[in-house]
Amino acid sequence: MNETTHIEHRDYIGAKLGMWLFLFTEILLFGGMFLVYAEYRQVNTADFHEAGREMNVFIGAANTIILLTSSLTMALAISEIHRGRKDRSVLFQAATVLLGVGFLVNKYFEWSDHIRHGFYPDSPQLLAMSHGKILFFGLYYVMTGIHALHVVIGLSVIAFMLALTLRGGVSGADYVKLENAGLFWHLVDVIWIYLFPLFYLIT
Amino acid sequence: MEASFYHARTKYPGIFGWLFTTDHKRVGLLYLLSSLSFFFVGVSLGLTMRLELIRSGMHFYSAEAYNAIFTLHGVVMIFLFIIPGIPSSLGNFIMPLQLGARDVAFPKINILSWWLFIAGGACAITSLFTGSGFPDTGWTFYVPYSIRTGTNVSLAVFGVFLIGLSSTLTGMNFLTTIHRMRAPGLTWKRLPLFTWAIYATSWVQLLATPVLAITLLLVILERVFGVGFFDPAKGGDPILFEHMFWIYSHPAVYIMILPAMGVVTDIIPVFSRRAIFGYTAIAASSLAIAFLGYLVWGHHMFTSGMSDTARIIFSFLTFLVAVPSGIKVFNWIASLYKGSIRTDAPLLYTLGFIFLFSIGGLTGLVQGALATNLHVHGTYFIVAHFHYVMFGGAAMGFFAGLHYWFPKMFGRMYEEHLAKLAWVFLFIGFNMLYFSMFILGWEGMPRRYYDYLPEFNAPNLVSTIGSWILAMGLFIMFYNLIHSLFAGRVAGNNPWGGATLEWQTTSPPPAENFVESPEVTKGPYEFR
Amino acid sequence: MEQKPEQHFVATRTFVFTWLALLLLTGLTVEAAHLRMGEWSMIANIAIASAKASLVLWFFMHLKYERKLFKVLLFVPIATISIIIWLTFFDIWYR
Repeated sequence: MNETTHIEHRDYIGAKLGMWLFLFTEILLFGGMFLVYAEYRQVNTADFHEAGREMNVFIGAANTIILLTSSLTMALAISEIHRGRKDRSVLFQAATVLLGVGFLVNKYFEWSDHIRHGFYPDSPQLLAMSHGKILFFGLYYVMTGIHALHVVIGLSVIAFMLALTLRGGVSGADYVKLENAGLFWHLVDVIWIYLFPLFYLIT
Repeated sequence: MEASFYHARTKYPGIFGWLFTTDHKRVGLLYLLSSLSFFFVGVSLGLTMRLELIRSGMHFYSAEAYNAIFTLHGVVMIFLFIIPGIPSSLGNFIMPLQLGARDVAFPKINILSWWLFIAGGACAITSLFTGSGFPDTGWTFYVPYSIRTGTNVSLAVFGVFLIGLSSTLTGMNFLTTIHRMRAPGLTWKRLPLFTWAIYATSWVQLLATPVLAITLLLVILERVFGVGFFDPAKGGDPILFEHMFWIYSHPAVYIMILPAMGVVTDIIPVFSRRAIFGYTAIAASSLAIAFLGYLVWGHHMFTSGMSDTARIIFSFLTFLVAVPSGIKVFNWIASLYKGSIRTDAPLLYTLGFIFLFSIGGLTGLVQGALATNLHVHGTYFIVAHFHYVMFGGAAMGFFAGLHYWFPKMFGRMYEEHLAKLAWVFLFIGFNMLYFSMFILGWEGMPRRYYDYLPEFNAPNLVSTIGSWILAMGLFIMFYNLIHSLFAGRVAGNNPWGGATLEWQTTSPPPAENFVESPEVTKGPYEFR
Repeated sequence: MEQKPEQHFVATRTFVFTWLALLLLTGLTVEAAHLRMGEWSMIANIAIASAKASLVLWFFMHLKYERKLFKVLLFVPIATISIIIWLTFFDIWYR
């Protein structure tokens, strides 16, 4: 095909299919951690209940609401660009980023609080406790940590999409990139939906 | 020849036109070159191991060195050669052509996969020379030893993590390509069986590799932060690591063997001039193997302290997975029956594949039975078994495909006599090298030691001599292929008379693969 | 091969209602945790989480409006992870 007449023709279904397949790998990645959680909770049920008391349900619930809301703003950002309303979409994307940052700030304070109380992997205080508690906190840090890493990645991608939208790279005529960023963001939300009861509500 | 993709204008000049290419054919050749280079490294290591084992006593490898060497041999051969071997090189080059597509669905991610693969390989190599040297854990990185050993496990494991990411992206890319980019008329029931095999493989790559990724990540976190997941002193369960490792690594066996099965399934009809017997059964058995391959990982752990209930279940499921493999073998044989057979090199290598894979598969059943497993577990019987499947199976299939598609990839033909001579050396050397190991294992010689009792001397000597003959075969084969790149006669577009789409374009294909988008009106093995 | 995305506008209120349902379920799951139902409270929590996840998948992630292939494929990873956990538990339960 000649370079000058080369028309970029995109396969929307294909692009989204690729994204969904990628999300499947994320499901399996976290699935591996859920397997670790499932075994250790099965073996140390009482200890897990006990350790769960150290969690602050209020912060957990607040973060759940923040992430759910950010999913709403993301869905709206896509639906607005679909209708060709660029300004509104930009606004909703910015709101998503802000909410995501809010989630991370909460997480930061929560983690620092635990660490101040001496709960962190390999800490002398934790090692003196029962096996179940060591494992509970290990799982807590690893699972929420890897989840937080995904939040950071998602935020960077959405911030990038925001810039693209402003510059016209994402528009009502071509917004599959934004849609895929949204799919990733929603999956991060779905994973948190499971993490929340597993760590905060098992007392 | 001017129109071939080798001469097409690229975005970047010279070598960068290769390193930053988005052409699936170039990516395929990059993979071919890099995975064969790693194969060369792995073979060299294997030869030195065999030399150390030529007779009992220590010769030049100390116990520690030998441990690191067999680990490196395993990591290189499995993660850097055989897993990316067929799907990423032949799959990348041939599969889009068989679909009649211009490229894969995500060309940029395709080259990214290659870069991740190289970065992973670089990490593994760097771990050799930094820290306290290459891991001495075996390629399985079993805890708790992999957490306690002072060797450079973290970096090597991170390298494998990157290779896994590369493999996952390739799977995602291929699945999307096969779903979305088939030529008009190319229905699922007209898909060449090599592409079917790549399809099944891609699912395994997509769904199994993330489990390995998280397992390895947990090992690194364990080493760096002492989280305690796999440390019995902190309540962790080392057997859980084995579960998670094999949840990936058993399906990974099918990442290695399924594409090879696909290669031979495409070769057999062409060289016996008749339609494949049982098209649907072969395609379905690829998917069945991919699925059942998920359910049998526990058979690697029969002696690890798993519950008896789980042992019985996994043993039963292991026998089940033999069924689709058997279906394939019988269908291949049935396809050859009463065909007008041409014993050119690709078919010869294919027959080698069927013979060696059958031995590997059947001895797998010996280990799948709980009682005999106790006897052979951790002996050379296992080593022999998986080399029959991986080398005799997957690598032999790879060589078959390499000869079969050589004229398509490079536009020239290899020297037929030399290819057959190489096959004779390979076949004899292979069986001397590895069949001896079955005997040694059955007699109780444990694997993974640099030394052994003098009573095992004779079969070990045969085995080492076999390794030299095998090496001769490899040398002749690669000499032939490399020499023919420059001096082979021009092959023509369809030297074998194949009916699949890749043979309808020029050899080598133009950058856009097909001058006109092909339309498919018949099945892949209808020669008339 | 479609050149254009399917033209399907989803009403804003669909998303808002989904969000409200999600908040409601979050409240419910926090309450369920206080009910001291023993092992059942964990099961209830997982069930509610799955309901929430389905809402996100179905509406926010547009699964409702996608072609059948996407809906079918989603069962592949879910089945895989379920089978993996279940088979592993044959070891853990009986060890």
